[in-house]
Amino acid sequence: MSAVPGTVATGRPRALQPQQKYLPLFATGVLLVLMYGAGVLRYDGFSDTQVVLNVFVDNAFLLVVAVGMTFVILTGGIDLSVGAVVALTTMLSASLLQEQGWSPYLVLPLVLLIGALLGLGMGCIIHYFEIQPFIVTLAGMFLARGLCYTINTSSIPINDPLWTSIAQQRIRFGGFFISVSVLIALAVVAIGIYVLGYTRLGRNTYAIGGNPQSALLMGLPVARTRIAVYTISGFCSALGGVLLSFYMLSGNSLHAVGMELDAIAAVVIGGTLLTGGSGYLIGTVLGVIVLGLIQTIITFQGDLSSWWTKIVIGVLLFAFIVLQRTVARRQP
Amino acid sequence: MAGVLRHRFFWPVATLLILLASNLFFSPDFFAVDVRQGHLYGSLIDIVRFGAPLILVSLGMTLVIATGGIDLSVGSVVAICGALACLQISGLSDQNSVVGVLLAVGLALGLALLLGAWNGLLVAQAGIQPIIATLILMVAGRGLAQLITDGQIITINSSPYKLIGGGYWLTVPFSILVALVVFGFALLLTRRTALGLLIESVGGNAEASRLAGIHAKRIIFTSYVFCGLCAGIAGLMISSNVSSADGNNAGLWIELDAILAVVIGGTSLAGGRFSLGGTVLGALIIQTLTTTIYTIGIPPETTLLFKALVVTVVCLLQSPAFRAKVFRRRRRPPPAQPDRQQQPKVEVPA
Repeated sequence: MSAVPGTVATGRPRALQPQQKYLPLFATGVLLVLMYGAGVLRYDGFSDTQVVLNVFVDNAFLLVVAVGMTFVILTGGIDLSVGAVVALTTMLSASLLQEQGWSPYLVLPLVLLIGALLGLGMGCIIHYFEIQPFIVTLAGMFLARGLCYTINTSSIPINDPLWTSIAQQRIRFGGFFISVSVLIALAVVAIGIYVLGYTRLGRNTYAIGGNPQSALLMGLPVARTRIAVYTISGFCSALGGVLLSFYMLSGNSLHAVGMELDAIAAVVIGGTLLTGGSGYLIGTVLGVIVLGLIQTIITFQGDLSSWWTKIVIGVLLFAFIVLQRTVARRQP
Repeated sequence: MAGVLRHRFFWPVATLLILLASNLFFSPDFFAVDVRQGHLYGSLIDIVRFGAPLILVSLGMTLVIATGGIDLSVGSVVAICGALACLQISGLSDQNSVVGVLLAVGLALGLALLLGAWNGLLVAQAGIQPIIATLILMVAGRGLAQLITDGQIITINSSPYKLIGGGYWLTVPFSILVALVVFGFALLLTRRTALGLLIESVGGNAEASRLAGIHAKRIIFTSYVFCGLCAGIAGLMISSNVSSADGNNAGLWIELDAILAVVIGGTSLAGGRFSLGGTVLGALIIQTLTTTIYTIGIPPETTLLFKALVVTVVCLLQSPAFRAKVFRRRRRPPPAQPDRQQQPKVEVPA
């Protein structure tokens, strides 16, 4: 492709740098405020705080998956297998709990481990055999979906006591409520922000995304970091799958079809550069809220069909990618 | 013998033959082809007939990948074009009117060209990474297709339209002829003119080609337009075969199958080298794999597992790093690099 100029983070330090670095994040914030403001002005009951909380309740699983995706995209890679891994996790949990009668305390760590192992395997193939992440995770996606279908082609309901109690638990405060999933998702976001901002792994992630050659020459552990981000993404997908199974209380091989695209869209709308090396997890959170608000507005509007969600997401994706290009292009 | 073994089509053809032959155990008359009512019938014909849309999409994808890009939106283009054509035809007072059907087909293909041009503009002019640029249409396109069909499945009853995907012409399924014509056209343009060379040059290094005086942007743009057109024709075929348009499921995941076909055919995902014949072989292998799974009686759901296995193995074999690590001692000629076999190889001390 035509030569892509260096990413924002790798450019020469300039006085304007901070503003430019935060520009996509800022744009997302403005968009969010505009959308929310328009919603409040237009629809009765939109200003209810519970509406915002419901965005989190309904998208907790997407948030967790998007956190993993942010790590991968920051290194300049991509993970197309997340949706399939989410589906595989719901399917495995449902099958083990319902059909095999396993204890939930055994199933929970097991499915998380399987997700992480899948990510680890893909990361190893990507790094050691130098195959494009896109194609490896595509194979991973085929594999995970195929495994779903071999477990069962129909939906399996979950009525395990632990699962249902977590699913129905409402954390109430001042007349509002959130679900346990939201707490888990927020915890994942907090850990993610800590890891990316304050640990060596986080710095290495940014460094590899900025310029893998330089990172290697600087003696950073490129192999370990790159494999780690795919493992993190696999783990986050599995955790997202667990949260989705709390939300749906069923395992289905058709769960989360196309979720990888929602996750990528959330990350991009959140201002993370797709070329890697620049972006913030908080932007991803904003991106997920934007996607959630689109759905909420379409629900409130009532006469718009759900396919408008896809079109609006596509338009937003376009707008933010063009924004990224203009920001990146201003770099020398 | 060594020459045959080293031919770039040896492994794809061998895979295809093994797959085909394995069907003999499960249905002995697998290779039987007979003529009924002036139409060719048989499992082999079915493979090509149902594989025709995939062949078309893969041909377009080959050229895009050869320029170093990728087009994820083909599945959505398939859905959109099928939807538009069916919507047009369902609005006709006489659905069997040839002029009306031709108009609908023309409209749908026009839209396909536009969608391809949109991708081409984003990639060539705006300079956005291809995977991301086409992701936009992939996400929004499904929504557009549903917008066109209003979320319903449009069923039509038009015999001229039925011809495109399910009809016969001169005893041969019409879809096979269309795929052949497009294949011949692409082959002629890329191998009998300099276009193929230019595409490979752009895929190898767009910037260097531009400096050498090649209109790199124009070539990239054209390849996306061609890819869009191929996807559009495939969309017509798929919707015509089932006489209906389904915005949600038409062409779902066909982009992945197409990329797989291209990779199996020996085209490198890095760009700069392509083989249209290899792609057709690749598409046939995938279709045969699907058909074989049906004949053997394995649950069709496991098709995805097999595809995952095939993608992994093919990509590993194509990866220089993998070959260097696994086949270090044997120095096997790389199957995906046919053009370079003549040159003396640089040996890496093991």
